[in-house]
Amino acid sequence: MARFPAAFAERAASLLVILTAWEVAAWLAHSRLFPGAGAVLATLVDEAARGDLLHHLGATLVRVAIAFALAMALGTAIGLAMARSRAVDTLLDSGVVLLLNLPALVIAVLLYVWLGLTEAAAIGAVTLSKLPTVAVTLREGTRTLDRDLADMARSFHFGVWRTWRHVTLPQLSPFFLVASRTGLALIWKIVLVVELLGRPDGIGYAIQVFFQLFDIRRLIAYALAFVAVVLAVEWGVLQPLERRLARWRR
Amino acid sequence: MAPVTVGITIDIREKRYAGQSGARPRTALRDLRACVAPSEFCVITGPSGCGKTTLLNIIAGLDRNFAGALSFEPSDRGAPRIGYVFQSPRLLPWRTVRENVALVLGRNADPVELEGLLSDIGVADVADAYPAQLSGGMARRAALARAFAIAPDLLLMDEPFLSLDAAAADRLRSLLLHLVSTRPATVLFVTHDLAEAVELADRILVLSPAPGRVVAEMPIALARTERRDPDMLTMLRAKLARLGDHARPLGCSTDPVAFP
Repeated sequence: MARFPAAFAERAASLLVILTAWEVAAWLAHSRLFPGAGAVLATLVDEAARGDLLHHLGATLVRVAIAFALAMALGTAIGLAMARSRAVDTLLDSGVVLLLNLPALVIAVLLYVWLGLTEAAAIGAVTLSKLPTVAVTLREGTRTLDRDLADMARSFHFGVWRTWRHVTLPQLSPFFLVASRTGLALIWKIVLVVELLGRPDGIGYAIQVFFQLFDIRRLIAYALAFVAVVLAVEWGVLQPLERRLARWRR
Repeated sequence: MAPVTVGITIDIREKRYAGQSGARPRTALRDLRACVAPSEFCVITGPSGCGKTTLLNIIAGLDRNFAGALSFEPSDRGAPRIGYVFQSPRLLPWRTVRENVALVLGRNADPVELEGLLSDIGVADVADAYPAQLSGGMARRAALARAFAIAPDLLLMDEPFLSLDAAAADRLRSLLLHLVSTRPATVLFVTHDLAEAVELADRILVLSPAPGRVVAEMPIALARTERRDPDMLTMLRAKLARLGDHARPLGCSTDPVAFP
């Protein structure tokens, strides 16, 4: 933690390099289609003050949160079931492989066709795109569970809940973390496409509108706001969680 | 409540392992019969792979897939409390020593009693450490503390002091004898080491090579202080080998347990 200010300074410096390079490139290009960093940041602040940006960002984040929670819960349940029972594994394996390789665009289009241009279809499409990676990761994780520790828990009569909380879950936590991280990266990418195809709000929708208006300044401003949220989640939630879970390692 | 130690009658007709993923099926135990008296310190020894760990797992109830019967006396008390000390300490790496011991007690953990046990066993100083930070000896002590925490009627110990240096193993054996004298329990202790067996045992059971059965038994009716004499060990070793050659089947009623 003592290194935090130094790490922060390094990060700020690298950010400054990017912004400067961007500003210089925009000045050289001198085009309405390539706005500079300053102009974009001013637009960002402006849009945030007007409330439009926050409205669209909020809509997207709610979708991400719901889809993420659903995919983690269902994917974990399916992964555990597949690891524990050969019959379930055989039954679901082709389905998982199919879903794993089915482009998110196809899932989204089909769900919009079948369920209409609804919130349920949008969230369902994002959930289904992430679900198989969670299931596969947790299945592999469950297969690595330590039998000796399970026997220990059984011989000392831990029962279902204590075994889950103190023996199983800590062994699965690295896999949860991997599933969260790769899954979140996937969701960030898919949710915008899904919004662009069939929702009246959200960052994806906004970007489509700005694309049609050729309003590149606002397009980049919205994309930047989105990226800022992704980074905040990475640095504010995932990385501290990772450190906390690894506390017991020497 | 002071623990009431239990006696065990073991009658295993056969324990087979089905051949999985290419491995040939094999019989680990056959016609293994033995009786263990309440409060007895019974050491089980025998060649590698003769099914000693399998036997402990069956008694612990971890393995119910065998032909035969197992009964505990007194039988009216329900299932005995069993403390199992495994060959490796099997501590949860993500819990501290104190948490590892307290976990087996669930909500019934009495903090004062727990601290008393930790200091009796000499792990009070490392109670907040994670298992990866412990020496081998300390990890074994923590596993011992966990087994004693539940006030066991029966202690199962599977070569618990293996891979420790001689001095550390020695200290742990003395500690174990002390603990058993203050917290009575029936003990089944598996080891390869005859000197260790003689030092600890009221009675030694010798198993045959797989499929394991009891081929010899020897009560050790010596005061603990006389047990470390090298000549005596040589004599016992020869005697055990002879007993093993005869390989007479052993029942329960014919072999009363001799105590010093």
